[in-house]
Amino acid sequence: MRTPQHHPHHHPSAHDSTHEGSTLGTMEVRVRALESLLTQKGYIDPAALDRIIETYETQVGPHNGARVVAKAWVDPAFHAWLLRDATAAIASLGFTGRQGEHMVAVENTPLLHHMVVCTLCSCYPWPVLGLPPVWYKSAPYRAKAVMDPRGVLADFGVTLPPDTAIRVWDSTAEVRYMVLPLRPEGTAGMREDQLATLVTRDAMIGTGLPLTPDARGEPAQAAP
Amino acid sequence: MNSVHDMGGMQGFGPVRPEKDEPLFHAAWEARALAVTLAMGATGQWNIDLSRSARESLPPADYLNSSYYEIWLRGLTQLLLERGLVAPGELQSGQMQQAPAPVARVLRPDAVDAMLAAGTPADRAPAAPAQFAVGDRVRARNLHPAGHTRLPRYVRGHMGTVQRVHGAHIYPDRHVAQAQPPFDQRPEWLYTVVFDGPELWGPDADALLQVSVDAWEPYLEAERCA
Repeated sequence: MRTPQHHPHHHPSAHDSTHEGSTLGTMEVRVRALESLLTQKGYIDPAALDRIIETYETQVGPHNGARVVAKAWVDPAFHAWLLRDATAAIASLGFTGRQGEHMVAVENTPLLHHMVVCTLCSCYPWPVLGLPPVWYKSAPYRAKAVMDPRGVLADFGVTLPPDTAIRVWDSTAEVRYMVLPLRPEGTAGMREDQLATLVTRDAMIGTGLPLTPDARGEPAQAAP
Repeated sequence: MNSVHDMGGMQGFGPVRPEKDEPLFHAAWEARALAVTLAMGATGQWNIDLSRSARESLPPADYLNSSYYEIWLRGLTQLLLERGLVAPGELQSGQMQQAPAPVARVLRPDAVDAMLAAGTPADRAPAAPAQFAVGDRVRARNLHPAGHTRLPRYVRGHMGTVQRVHGAHIYPDRHVAQAQPPFDQRPEWLYTVVFDGPELWGPDADALLQVSVDAWEPYLEAERCA
């Protein structure tokens, strides 16, 4: 699929039929016309749309998943619960609902790396990761992840040891997967909230690895 | 339907290109398109499988040439037109020209949080015992339905192993049978089936690769004795 290009915002009205902009300008007009029409018909309430957008802009995002991972790293009981019943374990932190109704967490080991994809569309665990990035929904990722995941990792600048097996989970039903990555070295003294800052979105999809304390710019422990 | 949305194993699309510091939306209209789609979904006039079916039924060239939210919008427009919820002329003008059709629900702002937090669970009470168990060897059937299905082409005909049993979930192929409510939510057992890389991609495949799909029982058959 085509990747959207950055484009300066402009604000044509739904009646601006003379507008001769780019595709995005045309889309702005079309979406405004559609929203206006559906509102006039009484099918939608624009204030509800505002609330939906606000939710995904300010509340739901990969910081939720990072909290799940960090807790699993420090709390053995939660770790076991997450692997046994991820939906319930994740719900205990307040993350539930749409596109996360049936959650499964899969744990990386030194010999096994997990990667999550949706080859048919864009299935993604919204409550813990938010809305998916463009690359996750794009043809290159959907095509390549199931056949050449090491090549995908190379596209992300990640190289695994050659003896590390790769397990790809294609999300073809309503089950949503998140990766529990390996806890980085050099984090023994870190608190749960500090650990959460090391957990990237891509690490929970399996196209990346968590940050190391050095990469984050803060050492795990006071320098000697 | 064997169309271009079923991308697993296709080649020639080039590398994955992550965008540094990617914004949540690349234009204001993308946010509105997402929210309109969710709000219209909440009216109950279709279900998630009908939405997916509408998107993957776009002409293949249009699908490949459209951005993600353009595909959503085209799918939504199709769903609205098919049900007579809007007329083509109204889409052009953005002005209502005919009376609205009745809808089951209208999503109000104070109901948004509860709707998103509840989601739409797909599990249902099974009508019969599961036919397969963890560890069973199964073959993905060689099916090519003209309508909506969630069995990707790249596993069809291949042998795998049942790794998880997820319970019985609404069966997508049947969930699209009725265009309007009430929808057929009779479930089928759902399994994670894992395939070895060389089974899917041949002798040159990564021997340390395994790929799984989540497959409903009608997609699978027991290993046949050779």
